[in-house]
Amino acid sequence: MQSFYFLGIVLASYLASAFYDPALAFASLKFTSNLLIKILPILLLVFVVMFIFNFFVTPEMITKNLAKSSGTRRWLIAIGGGIISTGPIYLWYPLLRELKKGGVSDGFVAAFLYSRAIKPFLFPVMIFYFGWAYTFTLTFVMILMSFGEGVIIDRLNLKTAK
Amino acid sequence: MKNSKILTAAQKSTRAILNSLPILLGVVLLVGLINNLVPTSFYTNLFSQNLFLDSVIGSALGSILVGNPITSYVLGGEMLQQGVSLVAVTAFLVAWVTVGLVQFPAEAILLGRRFAAWRNALSFLFSIFVALTVAALLSFF
Repeated sequence: MQSFYFLGIVLASYLASAFYDPALAFASLKFTSNLLIKILPILLLVFVVMFIFNFFVTPEMITKNLAKSSGTRRWLIAIGGGIISTGPIYLWYPLLRELKKGGVSDGFVAAFLYSRAIKPFLFPVMIFYFGWAYTFTLTFVMILMSFGEGVIIDRLNLKTAK
Repeated sequence: MKNSKILTAAQKSTRAILNSLPILLGVVLLVGLINNLVPTSFYTNLFSQNLFLDSVIGSALGSILVGNPITSYVLGGEMLQQGVSLVAVTAFLVAWVTVGLVQFPAEAILLGRRFAAWRNALSFLFSIFVALTVAALLSFF
């Protein structure tokens, strides 16, 4: 609902600018329509990739594998699971809490949450704006940082409530 | 069984796209308005052209703002067009998706306050480091 409030406020700003400065509103709409024409086909591609991920991966599948695995395999599942996970982050908190209760360390949870920032289904948009080299480099560095953050969080030994 | 899996995946993907559409449309409209309203000099004044400071400002902006990552790509792409450095834009993009000030209370309640505080603080610092590293690596391409 909040998203519609935001859109409403923006549309109201357009109405106000159309009233006071029609040229500004027209130029802004022209810019917006050009941008939308560029983005919409990419959004379609995003839907297709998202569908494929949602078809093959479920939250339960990731959490089950994370709980069962250990060592390097667990790191790979935490980071890989974060990358392929979809949906709002707060939906994952209860599942991660259960994992922590089951003995999964804070570091794996942190690595999972950090690697969620890598969104393969949004690669088409990122490539459109920033190019292949940038998308590849950023993804590579962020995978390393997921591991780094996990290791640091584990070393801090936070003793958070399980 | 397979049909219901296809249906669930389609519904989930459609919902995700539809949920982000009002925000995305709002952001694109806003970008159009700001693009014509705010002079380019505003961005060059906000960002100092000092790589480290720019990455801190980018990270701070990305930490405060929330929304679908696609929104940050649109904003980041336009910032880049306005002459903002790649380091600042990268810090902004990374902090947007890794630092969650708005989700902090939920994270703190469900995963522990110390965990949430440390994770977000580290993610903020990492967004600066990632931005500087990516810019440095890209200079070799």
